[in-house]
Amino acid sequence: MLVEVFVTPKRGVLDPQGRAVEQSLKSLGFSQVRGVRVGKYILLELTAASATEARQTAEAMCERLLANTLIEDYRVRVEGE
Amino acid sequence: MKWGVVTFPGSLDDGDVLYALREVMGQDAISLWHKDERLYGAQCVVLPGGFSYGDYLRCGALARFAPIMNSVARLAREGGLILGICNGFQVLCEARLLPGALMRNCSLSFVCERVTLRVENAATALTRLLSPGELIRLPIKHGEGRYVAPEQELRQLEQRGQVLLRYADADGEIRPRANPNGSVNAIAAVANERFNVFGLMPHPEHAIEPCLGGTDGLKLFGSLLRDA
Repeated sequence: MLVEVFVTPKRGVLDPQGRAVEQSLKSLGFSQVRGVRVGKYILLELTAASATEARQTAEAMCERLLANTLIEDYRVRVEGE
Repeated sequence: MKWGVVTFPGSLDDGDVLYALREVMGQDAISLWHKDERLYGAQCVVLPGGFSYGDYLRCGALARFAPIMNSVARLAREGGLILGICNGFQVLCEARLLPGALMRNCSLSFVCERVTLRVENAATALTRLLSPGELIRLPIKHGEGRYVAPEQELRQLEQRGQVLLRYADADGEIRPRANPNGSVNAIAAVANERFNVFGLMPHPEHAIEPCLGGTDGLKLFGSLLRDA
Protein backbone atom coordinates (compact mmCIF):
# COMPACT_ATOMS: atom_id res chain seq x y z
CA MET A 1 0.00 0.00 0.00
CA LEU A 2 1.34 3.44 -0.86
CA VAL A 3 1.41 5.99 1.91
CA GLU A 4 2.48 9.58 1.47
CA VAL A 5 3.96 11.53 4.36
CA PHE A 6 4.33 15.32 4.32
CA VAL A 7 6.60 16.87 6.93
CA THR A 8 6.61 20.65 7.32
CA PRO A 9 8.07 23.11 9.82
CA LYS A 10 5.59 23.83 12.60
CA ARG A 11 3.70 27.10 12.47
CA GLY A 12 5.65 29.68 14.41
CA VAL A 13 8.97 27.95 13.74
CA LEU A 14 11.10 30.16 11.53
CA ASP A 15 11.57 28.55 8.11
CA PRO A 16 14.38 30.43 6.36
CA GLN A 17 14.13 28.17 3.29
CA GLY A 18 10.44 28.95 2.91
CA ARG A 19 11.18 32.63 3.33
CA ALA A 20 13.91 32.56 0.69
CA VAL A 21 11.63 30.76 -1.77
CA GLU A 22 8.84 33.22 -1.02
CA GLN A 23 11.13 36.15 -1.80
CA SER A 24 12.25 34.55 -5.05
CA LEU A 25 8.69 33.85 -6.15
CA LYS A 26 7.77 37.46 -5.45
CA SER A 27 10.75 38.72 -7.39
CA LEU A 28 9.58 36.55 -10.31
CA GLY A 29 6.34 38.48 -10.26
CA PHE A 30 4.14 36.04 -8.32
CA SER A 31 2.72 38.76 -6.13
CA GLN A 32 -0.10 36.42 -5.02
CA VAL A 33 2.26 34.53 -2.68
CA ARG A 34 1.24 34.94 0.95
CA GLY A 35 3.48 32.33 2.52
CA VAL A 36 5.78 29.42 1.71
CA ARG A 37 6.85 26.54 3.92
CA VAL A 38 9.42 24.09 2.62
CA GLY A 39 9.23 20.55 3.95
CA LYS A 40 9.77 16.93 3.02
CA TYR A 41 7.74 14.42 1.05
CA ILE A 42 8.23 10.76 1.96
CA LEU A 43 6.65 7.98 -0.07
CA LEU A 44 6.24 4.72 1.86
CA GLU A 45 5.36 1.32 0.48
CA LEU A 46 3.78 -0.69 3.30
CA THR A 47 2.19 -4.04 3.77
CA ALA A 48 -1.05 -3.53 5.64
CA ALA A 49 -4.38 -5.31 5.94
CA SER A 50 -6.31 -2.07 5.68
CA ALA A 51 -5.91 1.63 5.02
CA THR A 52 -6.52 2.25 8.73
CA GLU A 53 -3.70 -0.05 9.68
CA ALA A 54 -1.38 1.59 7.13
CA ARG A 55 -2.22 5.00 8.58
CA GLN A 56 -1.51 3.85 12.12
CA THR A 57 1.83 2.39 11.05
CA ALA A 58 2.82 5.55 9.18
CA GLU A 59 1.82 7.76 12.09
CA ALA A 60 3.89 5.66 14.47
CA MET A 61 6.82 6.06 12.08
CA CYS A 62 6.34 9.83 12.06
CA GLU A 63 6.26 10.03 15.84
CA ARG A 64 9.40 7.91 16.22
CA LEU A 65 11.57 8.97 13.30
CA LEU A 66 10.14 10.68 10.23
CA ALA A 67 9.27 13.95 11.97
CA ASN A 68 10.69 15.78 14.94
CA THR A 69 7.40 16.83 16.50
CA LEU A 70 9.13 19.55 18.49
CA ILE A 71 9.69 21.53 15.31
CA GLU A 72 7.74 19.74 12.59
CA ASP A 73 4.14 18.79 11.75
CA TYR A 74 3.31 15.78 9.65
CA ARG A 75 0.37 14.74 7.53
CA VAL A 76 -0.30 11.22 6.28
CA ARG A 77 -2.22 10.34 3.12
CA VAL A 78 -3.05 6.69 2.46
CA GLU A 79 -3.76 5.46 -1.05
CA GLY A 80 -7.44 4.69 -1.48
CA GLU A 81 -8.47 6.13 1.86
CA MET B 1 38.33 8.99 34.57
CA LYS B 2 37.91 6.92 31.44
CA TRP B 3 36.59 8.72 28.36
CA GLY B 4 34.78 7.18 25.40
CA VAL B 5 34.51 8.87 22.01
CA VAL B 6 31.80 7.53 19.70
CA THR B 7 32.35 7.10 15.97
CA PHE B 8 29.23 7.00 13.81
CA PRO B 9 29.51 6.50 10.05
CA GLY B 10 30.14 10.08 8.93
CA SER B 11 31.68 11.34 12.18
CA LEU B 12 34.53 13.74 11.42
CA ASP B 13 35.91 15.04 14.68
CA ASP B 14 36.21 11.80 16.64
CA GLY B 15 39.95 11.69 15.92
CA ASP B 16 40.42 15.30 17.00
CA VAL B 17 38.59 14.68 20.28
CA LEU B 18 40.72 11.59 20.94
CA TYR B 19 43.85 13.61 20.14
CA ALA B 20 42.81 16.39 22.52
CA LEU B 21 42.05 13.95 25.33
CA ARG B 22 45.00 11.60 24.87
CA GLU B 23 47.85 13.65 23.49
CA VAL B 24 47.13 17.07 24.95
CA MET B 25 45.46 16.15 28.23
CA GLY B 26 47.06 12.77 28.86
CA GLN B 27 43.72 11.08 29.45
CA ASP B 28 42.64 7.47 29.14
CA ALA B 29 40.27 7.69 26.17
CA ILE B 30 38.86 4.86 24.09
CA SER B 31 37.18 4.85 20.74
CA LEU B 32 33.62 3.48 20.67
CA TRP B 33 31.97 2.21 17.49
CA HIS B 34 28.32 3.03 16.80
CA LYS B 35 27.49 -0.68 16.71
CA ASP B 36 29.04 -1.31 20.13
CA GLU B 37 26.44 -2.15 22.71
CA ARG B 38 28.73 -1.38 25.64
CA LEU B 39 30.77 1.60 26.77
CA TYR B 40 33.67 -0.53 28.05
CA GLY B 41 33.84 1.36 31.31
CA ALA B 42 33.77 4.89 29.90
CA GLN B 43 32.45 7.33 32.51
CA CYS B 44 32.35 10.33 30.20
CA VAL B 45 31.17 9.82 26.62
CA VAL B 46 31.73 12.36 23.85
CA LEU B 47 29.56 12.40 20.72
CA PRO B 48 31.71 14.24 18.18
CA GLY B 49 30.98 16.51 15.24
CA GLY B 50 30.51 15.44 11.67
CA PHE B 51 27.69 14.27 9.48
CA SER B 52 26.50 11.02 11.06
CA TYR B 53 24.59 8.88 8.57
CA GLY B 54 25.06 11.62 6.00
CA ASP B 55 22.72 13.91 7.99
CA TYR B 56 19.92 12.11 6.14
CA LEU B 57 16.34 12.98 7.13
CA ARG B 58 17.45 15.37 9.90
CA CYS B 59 20.86 15.91 11.50
CA GLY B 60 21.27 13.33 14.25
CA ALA B 61 17.91 11.65 13.59
CA LEU B 62 19.36 8.33 12.44
CA ALA B 63 22.38 8.25 14.76
CA ARG B 64 19.96 8.41 17.65
CA PHE B 65 18.96 4.80 16.92
CA ALA B 66 22.50 3.41 16.72
CA PRO B 67 23.05 0.48 19.13
CA ILE B 68 25.55 2.48 21.22
CA MET B 69 22.88 5.08 22.01
CA ASN B 70 21.07 2.68 24.35
CA SER B 71 24.20 2.59 26.49
CA VAL B 72 24.63 6.35 26.21
CA ALA B 73 21.05 6.88 27.42
CA ARG B 74 21.66 4.44 30.27
CA LEU B 75 24.83 6.29 31.30
CA ALA B 76 22.84 9.54 31.26
CA ARG B 77 20.20 7.98 33.54
CA GLU B 78 22.92 6.76 35.89
CA GLY B 79 24.33 10.28 36.15
CA GLY B 80 27.41 9.74 33.96
CA LEU B 81 28.74 12.62 31.88
CA ILE B 82 27.82 13.01 28.21
CA LEU B 83 29.09 15.73 25.92
CA GLY B 84 27.72 16.30 22.42
CA ILE B 85 29.68 18.59 20.13
CA CYS B 86 28.03 19.99 16.99
CA ASN B 87 26.55 16.89 15.31
CA GLY B 88 26.78 15.20 18.71
CA PHE B 89 24.62 18.01 20.12
CA GLN B 90 22.10 17.36 17.34
CA VAL B 91 22.10 13.64 18.16
CA LEU B 92 21.46 14.30 21.86
CA CYS B 93 18.55 16.63 21.03
CA GLU B 94 17.05 14.07 18.64
CA ALA B 95 17.45 11.43 21.36
CA ARG B 96 15.62 13.81 23.74
CA LEU B 97 18.54 13.58 26.14
CA LEU B 98 18.75 17.35 25.72
CA PRO B 99 15.87 19.81 25.28
CA GLY B 100 15.21 21.64 22.02
CA ALA B 101 16.35 21.07 18.46
CA LEU B 102 18.86 22.41 15.96
CA MET B 103 17.65 23.77 12.65
CA ARG B 104 19.06 25.24 9.46
CA ASN B 105 21.05 28.46 10.03
CA CYS B 106 18.95 31.56 9.42
CA SER B 107 21.39 32.69 6.73
CA LEU B 108 21.00 29.31 4.96
CA SER B 109 24.83 29.37 4.77
CA PHE B 110 27.35 27.04 6.31
CA VAL B 111 29.35 29.07 8.82
CA CYS B 112 32.99 28.39 9.59
CA GLU B 113 34.61 30.93 11.89
CA ARG B 114 35.91 31.63 15.36
CA VAL B 115 33.23 33.03 17.66
CA THR B 116 33.15 34.70 21.05
CA LEU B 117 31.06 32.97 23.69
CA ARG B 118 29.87 34.37 27.00
CA VAL B 119 29.71 32.02 29.95
CA GLU B 120 26.22 32.10 31.45
CA ASN B 121 26.48 29.38 34.05
CA ALA B 122 29.88 28.45 35.46
CA ALA B 123 28.57 26.11 38.15
CA THR B 124 28.27 23.02 35.95
CA ALA B 125 30.50 20.05 35.25
CA LEU B 126 31.29 21.47 31.81
CA THR B 127 32.03 25.05 32.84
CA ARG B 128 33.44 25.02 36.36
CA LEU B 129 36.91 26.17 35.29
CA LEU B 130 35.30 29.31 33.84
CA SER B 131 33.68 32.32 35.51
CA PRO B 132 30.22 33.77 34.90
CA GLY B 133 30.44 36.42 32.18
CA GLU B 134 33.86 35.22 31.01
CA LEU B 135 34.42 35.38 27.27
CA ILE B 136 35.98 32.46 25.45
CA ARG B 137 36.83 31.92 21.78
CA LEU B 138 36.03 28.69 19.96
CA PRO B 139 35.58 27.74 16.32
CA ILE B 140 32.21 26.83 14.83
CA LYS B 141 31.54 25.03 11.54
CA HIS B 142 27.97 24.08 10.82
CA GLY B 143 25.00 24.58 8.54
CA GLU B 144 22.34 23.56 11.03
CA GLY B 145 23.14 25.13 14.36
CA ARG B 146 20.14 27.32 15.03
CA TYR B 147 18.97 26.28 18.47
CA VAL B 148 15.23 26.35 19.00
CA ALA B 149 12.95 25.23 21.82
CA PRO B 150 9.24 25.66 22.51
CA GLU B 151 8.55 28.89 24.40
CA GLN B 152 7.67 27.33 27.73
CA GLU B 153 10.61 24.96 27.65
CA LEU B 154 12.89 27.86 26.78
CA ARG B 155 11.67 29.83 29.77
CA GLN B 156 12.37 26.87 32.03
CA LEU B 157 15.82 26.38 30.53
CA GLU B 158 16.70 29.98 31.24
CA GLN B 159 15.26 29.90 34.76
CA ARG B 160 17.10 26.73 35.71
CA GLY B 161 20.41 27.97 34.32
CA GLN B 162 20.58 25.29 31.64
CA VAL B 163 21.91 27.79 29.13
CA LEU B 164 25.69 27.58 29.55
CA LEU B 165 27.11 29.62 26.68
CA ARG B 166 25.77 32.37 24.43
CA TYR B 167 27.17 33.85 21.23
CA ALA B 168 28.39 37.35 22.07
CA ASP B 169 30.37 40.13 20.46
CA ALA B 170 33.90 41.04 21.53
CA ASP B 171 32.53 43.19 24.37
CA GLY B 172 30.42 40.35 25.68
CA GLU B 173 27.18 41.90 24.48
CA ILE B 174 24.46 39.69 23.00
CA ARG B 175 23.71 41.26 19.63
CA PRO B 176 22.04 39.84 16.51
CA ARG B 177 25.21 40.55 14.55
CA ALA B 178 27.20 38.27 16.85
CA ASN B 179 24.71 35.41 16.46
CA PRO B 180 26.10 33.24 13.65
CA ASN B 181 23.07 31.02 13.07
CA GLY B 182 20.01 32.75 14.51
CA SER B 183 19.80 30.62 17.66
CA VAL B 184 17.01 31.68 19.99
CA ASN B 185 18.43 33.81 22.84
CA ALA B 186 21.85 33.35 21.15
CA ILE B 187 22.14 29.94 22.80
CA ALA B 188 25.34 28.04 21.95
CA ALA B 189 25.41 25.42 24.72
CA VAL B 190 22.82 23.80 26.98
CA ALA B 191 22.63 21.19 29.72
CA ASN B 192 19.85 18.81 30.67
CA GLU B 193 17.84 19.40 33.82
CA ARG B 194 20.15 17.16 35.81
CA PHE B 195 23.30 18.88 34.50
CA ASN B 196 25.10 15.71 33.42
CA VAL B 197 24.34 15.86 29.69
CA PHE B 198 25.77 18.77 27.70
CA GLY B 199 25.57 19.93 24.11
CA LEU B 200 27.30 22.74 22.27
CA MET B 201 27.71 23.79 18.65
CA PRO B 202 31.25 25.26 19.00
CA HIS B 203 34.20 22.87 18.88
CA PRO B 204 36.37 22.76 22.01
CA GLU B 205 38.53 20.02 20.43
CA HIS B 206 39.69 22.49 17.79
CA ALA B 207 40.96 24.95 20.41
CA ILE B 208 43.40 22.94 22.48
CA GLU B 209 46.86 24.14 21.37
CA PRO B 210 48.17 27.65 20.69
CA CYS B 211 49.04 26.66 17.11
CA LEU B 212 45.32 26.07 16.49
CA GLY B 213 44.56 29.65 17.46
CA GLY B 214 43.60 29.16 21.07
CA THR B 215 43.32 26.82 24.02
CA ASP B 216 39.92 27.73 25.47
CA GLY B 217 38.63 24.28 24.59
CA LEU B 218 40.84 22.83 27.30
CA LYS B 219 38.85 24.71 29.92
CA LEU B 220 35.72 22.79 28.96
CA PHE B 221 37.37 19.37 28.80
CA GLY B 222 39.28 20.23 31.95
CA SER B 223 36.06 21.10 33.76
CA LEU B 224 34.61 17.67 32.99
CA LEU B 225 37.81 16.11 34.23
CA ARG B 226 37.69 17.95 37.52
CA ASP B 227 34.20 16.70 38.06
CA ALA B 228 35.30 13.09 38.08
